[in-house]
Amino acid sequence: MSSLQPGVTGGVPGAGQSALQPPPRVWWGPLGRIERGWLTAALVWALVMFAMMWIWPHVGHQNTPIETYRMAPADFKAAAAAFIEKYQVGEEFGVPVVEPPAGGDVYLEAMAFQWRPILKLKRGETYRFYISSTDLQHGFSIQPLNLNFQVLPGYVYVIEITPEQTGEYAVVCNEYCGIGHHLMSGKLVVVD
Amino acid sequence: MGAAVATTAGRPGRDPGEAGAFRTCPVTGLAVHRPAERLIIVNAVTAVAFLALGGILALLIALTRWPAVHLLPAELFYRFTTAHGTTMLVFWILFFEVAGLYFGGAVLLNARLVSPRWAWWAYALMLGGALVTEAAMLTGEANVMVTAYPPLKGHPAFYLGLIVFAVGALLAVGVFFATILRARAEGKVETSLPLVTYAFVAAAVLAVFTLVSGALALIPTFLWSVGVLPSVDPAVYRLLFWGFGHGSQQINLAAMVGVWYALASLTVGARPLHEGLSRLAFFLYVAFIQLGSIHHLLVDPGLGTSNRIMNTSYFMYLATVGSMIHAFSIPSAVEVAQRERGYSRGLFTWLRKAPWGEPGFAALVLSLVWFGFVGGVTGVLMGQMQLNMLVHNTLFVPGHFHSTVVAGTTVAFMGIAYYLLPLISQRPLAFPRLARLQPYVYSLGLAILTGSMMAAGKHGVPRRLWDITYQGAAIPVTVFEDPQVHLLLAGVGIGAIIAVLGGAMFVTVMLGTILSRRTTAQVGAGLRIALPTGTGSALTAPGPAPITGGSGRVEAPGTTVLVYAFLAWFVVMYVLAWSNLSRLWPVG
Repeated sequence: MSSLQPGVTGGVPGAGQSALQPPPRVWWGPLGRIERGWLTAALVWALVMFAMMWIWPHVGHQNTPIETYRMAPADFKAAAAAFIEKYQVGEEFGVPVVEPPAGGDVYLEAMAFQWRPILKLKRGETYRFYISSTDLQHGFSIQPLNLNFQVLPGYVYVIEITPEQTGEYAVVCNEYCGIGHHLMSGKLVVVD
Repeated sequence: MGAAVATTAGRPGRDPGEAGAFRTCPVTGLAVHRPAERLIIVNAVTAVAFLALGGILALLIALTRWPAVHLLPAELFYRFTTAHGTTMLVFWILFFEVAGLYFGGAVLLNARLVSPRWAWWAYALMLGGALVTEAAMLTGEANVMVTAYPPLKGHPAFYLGLIVFAVGALLAVGVFFATILRARAEGKVETSLPLVTYAFVAAAVLAVFTLVSGALALIPTFLWSVGVLPSVDPAVYRLLFWGFGHGSQQINLAAMVGVWYALASLTVGARPLHEGLSRLAFFLYVAFIQLGSIHHLLVDPGLGTSNRIMNTSYFMYLATVGSMIHAFSIPSAVEVAQRERGYSRGLFTWLRKAPWGEPGFAALVLSLVWFGFVGGVTGVLMGQMQLNMLVHNTLFVPGHFHSTVVAGTTVAFMGIAYYLLPLISQRPLAFPRLARLQPYVYSLGLAILTGSMMAAGKHGVPRRLWDITYQGAAIPVTVFEDPQVHLLLAGVGIGAIIAVLGGAMFVTVMLGTILSRRTTAQVGAGLRIALPTGTGSALTAPGPAPITGGSGRVEAPGTTVLVYAFLAWFVVMYVLAWSNLSRLWPVG
């Protein structure tokens, strides 16, 4: 079965060393021309990618939110309930529909297995979302926009969002949260 | 110069009374410590058994994500997704890596494994822990995914098994370090460690960080699960867990690159063109790559901007520079070896005339290409702080890490197993024709699988989700009722079928080899070993003057073209990703 003898292709001139053998006593030395060029290119590219994350906040409009507060889940639930009560305009699928003031604060509660409430927002206005979970970890995901954040109980993540297109958007959960994970949904409606 | 390498160090008989503990490998000339040999075989075979289990689970969950098939009920889907992730990411990989550490530490240095007894204890702890965790998962007592984010709670046995496994793995790493130090003290390392062993040392250093971080995450969570602690902070858990979860992928990275160098040497006789540069690249991993654990927290509440950027960039992408060094070093070493063999015409004759029928070479190239062009590039892009908002927790993420840890690491490990297992167990490789085909089948399946996953993720499809139609949800979700999404998820199922077939081919070859009654002193196993032999002591014989770089003797024009093409691909993907982001709603 052994069609080729081991080492039949060996004996290559200069092939005394391999990655499996100890190197020569002196294994450092100046880099070759091609190696220097590639190393330089790699370093420059690394610095470009590094700089981009610092530069983007000054030129772009899509940035990672930072603002966070600690808040007990029960307190957040109460705050979200007060928000819903104040601005509720209707109900759909048994879930309150809320229309917050243009450019105002928005509370969105994640719980197994629902996003609460359904939100009605005005296009072009910037809303401050206060998002937290009142039970497990969840994933806030607006579709088909494909904007995604992690949601933790005990932490309120403040995310400023400016809807730019009208329409109905699904809010799904993309962090596994138990047996009903695939039932967890919400909705966001953007109107003119 | 080469004479400095000539040594009889480590030959059996040098240490009186230990002669019987060694045998000399007829192919490589290495002195193989018998107890180390048994440990390597047992750890590697255990790894393959877990790979087989994980592969069956993979098929079941992938066929569930294919909407037209939708095989499993929801509870079983989540149960098996948990078990698949844990079995593959933790058990298959770490058992195989322990086998690799004993090989790189003892066998490559012609040294004895320090304290085989402790190594057996390590194995017992790892196996016991793995079985306890498997039992918790497969009985549905811990449907918490491999990440087990609190406050989601699994059975205490799930955490306990993982902790015991981690202790065992740490013990194995300790045996490896002790083996290296003792080999040095005994003068068996006359110059420096072989590059492959050096890579494994880098992996082992990363493993210490990783396993300690895992213990710090899991011990309080275990205490919480049995009611001793009232709660576990979910954000702190995520930080510590990802020190383990992502850190273990960095162990895989360092070990895989070490295996790439080994495969290049074994299959075409390649040698590192600049040892210093390659070692520097591994040092950059050790110094910086663990910072990348923050990739999982980029859209979490609670972290500042500079924290996110410095960590996600592995400190200004210096660890990425390390990978780009390897991306040049390995193909150029292959090219130079091939040119010396006479395939020197034009830019790419060396590549065309490469031994594509050797499973080790095929595995090397397939692993390097898919890991580099797809896994590595997507990893860096997803790890750009702002870009992460576009992909976090979508199917893009498993698409990425199946490109790195499966299409990259697992393919490379399979490639080296075709040489390691026959040589160590002294049995001929079973079904060599199957082995020659296997890397292609497996990689084809993975290409379809990962490509489909990533494209579906770009459509927003969540990971770890049983049903994209949201049947029964209070608020209907119809965004994924898109023929393109259905097609891509069919691709996930089809890719998985092909990949699992390739995986089964690998398991068949391994089991056929290890269960074979035939032993052979030939141990060429039907595969080409391109190491120079001479007197049958290839790895200990002195060689001609090695290359230390900078001399201008070494030319690798083909590789130069390839690496700049890679850089161009990287830049194009980068620009596309950022232009995608710029079309998103303003957010911040």
